[in-house]
Amino acid sequence: MYGFEALTFNIHGGYLEAIVRGYRSSLLTAADYNNLCQCESLDDVKMHLSATEYGPYLQNEPSPLHTTTIVEKCTLKLVDEYKHMLCQATEPLSTFLEYITYGHMIDNVVLIVTGTLHERDVQELLEKCHPLGMFDSIATLAVAQNMRELYRLVLVDTPLAPYFSECITSESVAQKVGFVNMRCRDLDDMNIEIMRNTLYKAYLEDFYKFCQKLGGATAEIMSDLLSFEADRRAINITINSIGTELTRDDRRRLYSNFGLLYPYGHEELAVCEDTEQASFGGWGEKWTKMTAFGSLVNHQDCIGDLGQSEVRGVVEKYPPYQSIFAKISYGESQMLDKAFYEEEVKRLCLAFEQQFHYGVFFAYIRLREQEIRNLMWISECVAQNQKSRVHDSVVFIF
Amino acid sequence: MGIFDKLPPMDYLRSEKMTFVQLIIPVESAHRAITYLGELGLLQFKDLNSDKSPFQRTFANQVKRCGEMSRKLHFFRDQISKAGLLSAPRPALQPDVDLEELEVQLGEHESELIEMNANSEKLCQSYNELFEFKLVLLKAGGFLVSAQKQAAPRDRELDENVYTIEDYDDRSSLLEQEMQPQPSNNSGLRFISGIICKSKALKFERMLFRATRGNMFFNQAPAEEHVMDPVTGEMVEKTVFVVYFSGEQAKSKIVKICEAFGANCYPVPEDISKQRQVTREVTTRLSELEATLDAGIRHRNKALSSIGSNLWKWTLLVKKEKAVYDTLNMLNFDVTKKCLVGEGWCPLLSKPQIQEALQRATIDSNSQVGIICHVMNTVESPPTYFKTNRFTHAYQEIVDAYGVARYQEANPAVYTVITFPFLFAVMFGDWGHGICLLLGGLILILRENRLGSQKLGSFMEMAFGGRYVILLMALFSIYCGLIYNEFFSVPFHIFGSSAYKCHEATCR
Repeated sequence: MYGFEALTFNIHGGYLEAIVRGYRSSLLTAADYNNLCQCESLDDVKMHLSATEYGPYLQNEPSPLHTTTIVEKCTLKLVDEYKHMLCQATEPLSTFLEYITYGHMIDNVVLIVTGTLHERDVQELLEKCHPLGMFDSIATLAVAQNMRELYRLVLVDTPLAPYFSECITSESVAQKVGFVNMRCRDLDDMNIEIMRNTLYKAYLEDFYKFCQKLGGATAEIMSDLLSFEADRRAINITINSIGTELTRDDRRRLYSNFGLLYPYGHEELAVCEDTEQASFGGWGEKWTKMTAFGSLVNHQDCIGDLGQSEVRGVVEKYPPYQSIFAKISYGESQMLDKAFYEEEVKRLCLAFEQQFHYGVFFAYIRLREQEIRNLMWISECVAQNQKSRVHDSVVFIF
Repeated sequence: MGIFDKLPPMDYLRSEKMTFVQLIIPVESAHRAITYLGELGLLQFKDLNSDKSPFQRTFANQVKRCGEMSRKLHFFRDQISKAGLLSAPRPALQPDVDLEELEVQLGEHESELIEMNANSEKLCQSYNELFEFKLVLLKAGGFLVSAQKQAAPRDRELDENVYTIEDYDDRSSLLEQEMQPQPSNNSGLRFISGIICKSKALKFERMLFRATRGNMFFNQAPAEEHVMDPVTGEMVEKTVFVVYFSGEQAKSKIVKICEAFGANCYPVPEDISKQRQVTREVTTRLSELEATLDAGIRHRNKALSSIGSNLWKWTLLVKKEKAVYDTLNMLNFDVTKKCLVGEGWCPLLSKPQIQEALQRATIDSNSQVGIICHVMNTVESPPTYFKTNRFTHAYQEIVDAYGVARYQEANPAVYTVITFPFLFAVMFGDWGHGICLLLGGLILILRENRLGSQKLGSFMEMAFGGRYVILLMALFSIYCGLIYNEFFSVPFHIFGSSAYKCHEATCR
């Protein structure tokens, strides 16, 4: 039972909550997006953005503009705002703000390791990293050659260290089952993806526990947002791993231990692939069921589709996610991303309805990232003269 | 009702009478007309294109060009302040430049500056590298010499006391064990020397230790002089280091780690005489580079100062042009009659001035058709315009900050002239401090002309703008201070002693 945060929150968090609400009011509105979508060239985009809060950042760019420059400067604004908030924060808000960036750290680590695997230059990779997830010894990741070295050399000093032990303990389990010792396993694409998802799982669980420890409105709101994140990742992992050599157990291990889909949804999602590979009888049964419902089903026999209809069947049992899959008709998996983003944005906006909790900071950073994604999509469409596709992937925040 | 007409005019108490006028301007004289009207400052245009987006307006391109030019001017200003040059005083006599010419000139200057900056950056980088190399040679040379000296006696002892090797191993330090192999040339022991930022040195050492599993020896010493960091332009402290290791794999790892931490590696020859030779070479090259760099900087500063003398004028011109085009965007462009239609408010008394400005514009632009300006009726309520002189201007601004009065509403600023300073004085109430304030205000007023033309800091600007307010505040505070009997918080008995007796007999 909470409800008395109003008495004490403003002592330490009041200033920053006011600041973040001020930042939130400067997010681009639907009217801005409409104007941006009507731009003919990147110079028009720049002119329009100069009238918004991005003005000082884009002001000094010389005229032949690139989409990467626009995105870089907008990200720079986000980083400046984040750093301003972080240096003014006290515990536990400062730990909370740092937790928000661990996801980016994981992405950066995976980016550099993958890049090194494909023999890219380290400096080039460093430039592509997200600035919120940078830490000091990140460039040394290029030296590591297997997971153990990765941990021992670099990650042990970073906040990601405890998440890595999850990676390694899961390997010891694998050892018992007779798998190759993962410690010495080389880094290849598949293992790196598994590593990324294992790290992310550990990070989400840790963040969830931290929020529960904070208690009150923060715990409630953040647990909702993080559960959605966990469930979204579970669904994405399932859909992306259909047809690959990821086994059912491995996939099961990559799902987080909380969220709406835990544990029964996870059981069903883990088996989703089986329907295609398994006995023809099983598939035949599915087929007859489908023909019975004739018109509802698109009779394409690509495996992804069948897998997705499986996933859809599992997820539709949960009312909050039913609406997501209802928006996209059968066979359109590209729109799934946009549907998920729209749902996420809706929940993030709701976080601002309540006062005196830390969820507003998380929500603001996520909304800003969504805005930068929107801007990138619009700039790309404008630069490549494909204005008709602009509305495909833009999610309006207000 | 006749008595109301005979009363004196209420200039300051009510807004001026405003009329709504419509201007029909032929295209060729449009720009000039708006410029002259802008210089007058007596017409407020209504935006007739408010439903159009910024890109759909007629003169959107010109506005973009002005924006681009102001970006270039901003860039010049940055460069000038970075180079540490003082901006030259604004010279009054300079020929007027046209907008297109200015654009071309600015483009040329910008490309020239960018090229010069790129060149000097390259030179700076090579200079920094050589400088770091010199520092590394100085310090690393010291390490290597001491290492060899230690290695040599070890050799001799090795031959004589072979049987006590085991004891020695137990007691000797890591350094001596590492040094046991012979002069470094023949052993598997190699070294890499370089320089790294002081702040990263600890992490760097730790990383090297981990990567080579402890099979390396790290020696470091701080460099005596600061090196300029090329990215930020600041002087950073650096540390010279030498890493001893053996094996090819270790070498590749160490090289990668050096790259990752931004440490620059320089090869140092082991032989002392070779070291001295290399040091001499590096020093001569450094002095050559210094001379080249100085010449480059002088050239660039000359270019910058020539830009700097014109910068203020150009900025003013670009701002004016942008304002003119923004105003032109508000006018309705009638394509069939090839003229611009504009609507706006102006004070009734200034109509002759406006007509005169429009006539001048027609003549100057050699237009056949004159500009028509006629009064229109409208139901909109006019904007408020108070005529102010320099005394009432500050008070009017104070009152406007709370809200501008409606048309023909009574103007509170007239009363504020007295009430505002008086209320201040009631709170200030000290005739000693009041005299100081009076002196300050008088200085500001007497030096009005000189201070008005200078560029003042933000605080001085505020004080200067309110000099008449300060004057009145000072006069009233002296009055209140005398009533309160406070002179720098000390009471004086100017008007006789107090009529009231103190309770305490000792207190006077």
